[in-house]
Amino acid sequence: MLRDITLGQYYQSDSVIHKLDPRVKLVSTILFIISLFVVDHIIGYLIAGLFLAVVIRISKVPFKFMVRGMKSIVVLLLITVIFNLFLTPGEALVTIWKLKITKEGLRIAVKMAIRLVFLIIGSSVMTLTTTPNNLTDGLESIMKPLKIFRVPVHEVAMMMAIALRFIPILLEETDKIMKAQIARGADFESGNLIKKAKSLVPLLVPLFISAFRRANDLAMAMEARCYRGGEHRTKMKPLQYKKRDAAAYTVVVVYLAVCIIGGRILPGLIDINGIFGR
Amino acid sequence: MSIILNHVNYIYDGDTEIPVKALDDVSIKIEDGEFIGLIGHTGSGKSTLVQHLNGLVKPTSGGVYYNGEDIHDGDYDLKTLRSKVGLVFQYPEHQLFEVDVFSDVCFGPKNLGLPKREVELRAFDALRQVGFPEEFFYQSPFELSGGQKRRVAIAGVLAMKPEVLVLDEPTAGLDPKGRDEILEQIKRLREETKITVVLVSHSMEDVAKYVGRIIVMNRGKVMFDDVPKEVFRHYKELEAVGLAAPQVTYIMHALREKGFPVNTQATTIAEAKEEILRVFRT
Repeated sequence: MLRDITLGQYYQSDSVIHKLDPRVKLVSTILFIISLFVVDHIIGYLIAGLFLAVVIRISKVPFKFMVRGMKSIVVLLLITVIFNLFLTPGEALVTIWKLKITKEGLRIAVKMAIRLVFLIIGSSVMTLTTTPNNLTDGLESIMKPLKIFRVPVHEVAMMMAIALRFIPILLEETDKIMKAQIARGADFESGNLIKKAKSLVPLLVPLFISAFRRANDLAMAMEARCYRGGEHRTKMKPLQYKKRDAAAYTVVVVYLAVCIIGGRILPGLIDINGIFGR
Repeated sequence: MSIILNHVNYIYDGDTEIPVKALDDVSIKIEDGEFIGLIGHTGSGKSTLVQHLNGLVKPTSGGVYYNGEDIHDGDYDLKTLRSKVGLVFQYPEHQLFEVDVFSDVCFGPKNLGLPKREVELRAFDALRQVGFPEEFFYQSPFELSGGQKRRVAIAGVLAMKPEVLVLDEPTAGLDPKGRDEILEQIKRLREETKITVVLVSHSMEDVAKYVGRIIVMNRGKVMFDDVPKEVFRHYKELEAVGLAAPQVTYIMHALREKGFPVNTQATTIAEAKEEILRVFRT
């Protein structure tokens, strides 16, 4: 169960995608997400899907890792689909008692589902191919201009890096404490809701204590190495754009253009709705 | 009464790029009343092995039998098994959570559904068995010293009255004095209750003095499984896998190489002293 969470989980491999500058991946992911919301036609989604499939292929990350990330949004996805399906006014297709599925509802529901699924898979491609450290380095570099507005960019990035770093550690710790309590006869599965909630106490108390202890240790280790924030701090491996990064930017921009033309402008010019449906 | 592991294999994260074989065809039999030292380097699979003993981990292939019954049979009562095979994890003090020491020790027997009187009796017995001072019974477990916390955690498992006690690195992170105290306590406990004990450790020195049988793990495989004297005979092979025989073994071998006809099988300092004196007297 605990292994399902892919957030901040890096998949080791040596693909081109892995080697790209984290800034490229961040910007590309954002552009990809924008493309999903600009596009309004099946052709656009086909292009987006194709692009995604190719990127996943190049990244050498097994597809099931992306699907694992999906599990966490299944509920959200269902709610979105169901609400859109039943609550969109329009021409009724199917009527069940007082509820009716409309043509418009169906269209919006499918669109939202595709958008959400692509969005999650797209961003998990980024997190699976970028180490958390690289990711926060990239974020820090991209957000640098915000310093003018007195945003503590370095501190925010550091906090994110630490938070991401702690996720697998705390998961492992949870697993260990859970096992230790099961060995003492604890039962985390059976019983009603109240009993279940109560059974979490032997898990949560040690987990919190352990989190605080680790935070304390880390703070001390940082202080021992004279950490005092971002001023005048240099990096051991400063981010540097290479040729492949430029190439990647080009590819993404071309993709965005194709997406907008194919999924937004073209269908408006020629009325092919009748042929393909939306 | 016995635990049998029959050709157990266990593969970690079978679906990542590099599946790790944590246990590789492990077959062992643990008899009633034995005192076993399970030794191995970090990552040798010893912690995974002990989690098989009470069914916390299910083998990828192979079987685990407790008193002749397959513990992964559909209707086997794993909860009872876990009270019979008490497993004390590494750094067990990290699992403490109650407001006072006594209630924390009560957690195990309470989960077994015993009446309140019996639960408290067992908790009291267990705390006494680990030599925990009575005046601290109602103190918060978080205010205790490391060694005392560990005693409480061990008592928490003992309170379930297990037939087999498995301790995963019970001396990790303790100072030499705390280490000796815990080990002596375990020895005394075994003499009092005739409980079967499996002691996991990476230090030969620690276990040589106490156990009657040593199982050496290396890369998920059982490398040696014999009485300490026989295992230490292979001290060169042990060294090759990052383990060391007790220092006494080295001294005895060195003496022998220099031409003193000592018996190299002495494993403790006391034995070595007798042996050296014997040679020099004759």
